[in-house]
Amino acid sequence: MDFVPIPSQTVGPYFHLGLTEKHSASCIASSTANGEHVWVTCRVFDGDGAPVDDAMIEVWQADSEGKYNHPDDLREKQSDPGCHGFGRLGTAADGSCQFETIKPGSVPGRAGVPQVPHLNLAVFARGLLNHLYTRLYFAGEPGNEKDPVLGLVPQERRGTLMAQPDPARSGHWCFDIHLCGAQ
Amino acid sequence: MGHLSNARSIITAYRRPDPSSQPVLLHEPYRATIRRAPRKPLILLPHTLSEVTGPVYGPEDITEGDNDLTHQRGGEPLGERMILTGRVLDDNGRPVSQALLEIWQANAAGRYLHVKDQHPAPLDPNFTGAGRTLTDENGCYRFVTIKPGAYPWLNHYNAWRPAHIHFSIFGRAFATRLVTQMYFPGDPLCAIDPIFQSVRDEEAQQRLIARLDLETTQPQWALGYRFDIVLRGREATPLET
Ligand SMILES: [Fe+2]
Repeated sequence: MDFVPIPSQTVGPYFHLGLTEKHSASCIASSTANGEHVWVTCRVFDGDGAPVDDAMIEVWQADSEGKYNHPDDLREKQSDPGCHGFGRLGTAADGSCQFETIKPGSVPGRAGVPQVPHLNLAVFARGLLNHLYTRLYFAGEPGNEKDPVLGLVPQERRGTLMAQPDPARSGHWCFDIHLCGAQ
Repeated sequence: MGHLSNARSIITAYRRPDPSSQPVLLHEPYRATIRRAPRKPLILLPHTLSEVTGPVYGPEDITEGDNDLTHQRGGEPLGERMILTGRVLDDNGRPVSQALLEIWQANAAGRYLHVKDQHPAPLDPNFTGAGRTLTDENGCYRFVTIKPGAYPWLNHYNAWRPAHIHFSIFGRAFATRLVTQMYFPGDPLCAIDPIFQSVRDEEAQQRLIARLDLETTQPQWALGYRFDIVLRGREATPLET
């Protein structure tokens, strides 16, 4: 056989059966985790601005000190056992899903330049033939302006990667994903 | 909040697949792509620790029997029993061990056990259609299931999906995450299926098709199919970060 990666195919409309019915994870970091506890509501919209009720969002993140729960994070220190780091949920009728987690710490980037706190997201849906990766940043976080990865995004699109604090509920953040337009 | 020192660490990025090996995102014959495929140019994420790590799974995430879809509900489901096996490798040809594979599929009549599938084919009380397993140290996995039926969908007039099994795979990194569908050899519906045809390259299409394997087949019991899965592998040169 050749060693060429297999093509992706859409997750389709019935992924709940295999992925989120029994194996969803809304709690990325539990109440025992260190750090600032936050609730992140993601909403997915299509090109007409209509909510996407059959998307799946996966989240991967570091703990409050920026350590990943993974053997390839070679820095000495255990990752926080309260922060599993992974979440996944299907969206509801209004296109939303909510994760409970903590704000991650800064993670090293290229050439030793630290990256500002961010969540790594993968978005899957019927109509998406390959999943899309994006990052969620926290609006107002000091250092966002200087982050090397955010800096790769044209200025006028950077706002699409910013979760906004919910003024009505402290600790709650909202993140809208527009499939056609925002990456 | 405290911060770990940003001591230099070595990471190795994952190779980006040749675009021709992948589906196009906007494939108009598959109508749902029209309102859902991104239009603006995607921005390539440089690989950092965030991309080369990802959730790690182990035996504690699997229950015995999770990989046998023919024994989840007491009785045996109707349909053509099949053994589905293969290896998960990276594009350097190395096995990917402890990869979590999750599958879901329609029953032999082409019906999913899902509220959104209400087409008039019978549900099978003995079939759920979901399973999971981990690859072993050689990257090998094995499921026992039944062959799913083709089913109609509303994409266009008289649209039918070829028989397929959905696969979700977690390799070693978030960057190697993959969701795909496995098809069966010789299925005439593949040629007219907009999802299968979103992969334009014929060699790439072949990678989505399992092959009938007499060595895996067990006489008087079940047909065997092999389906190997190649994920993105690491670049040859590490990056010092
Ligand atoms: Fe399907």
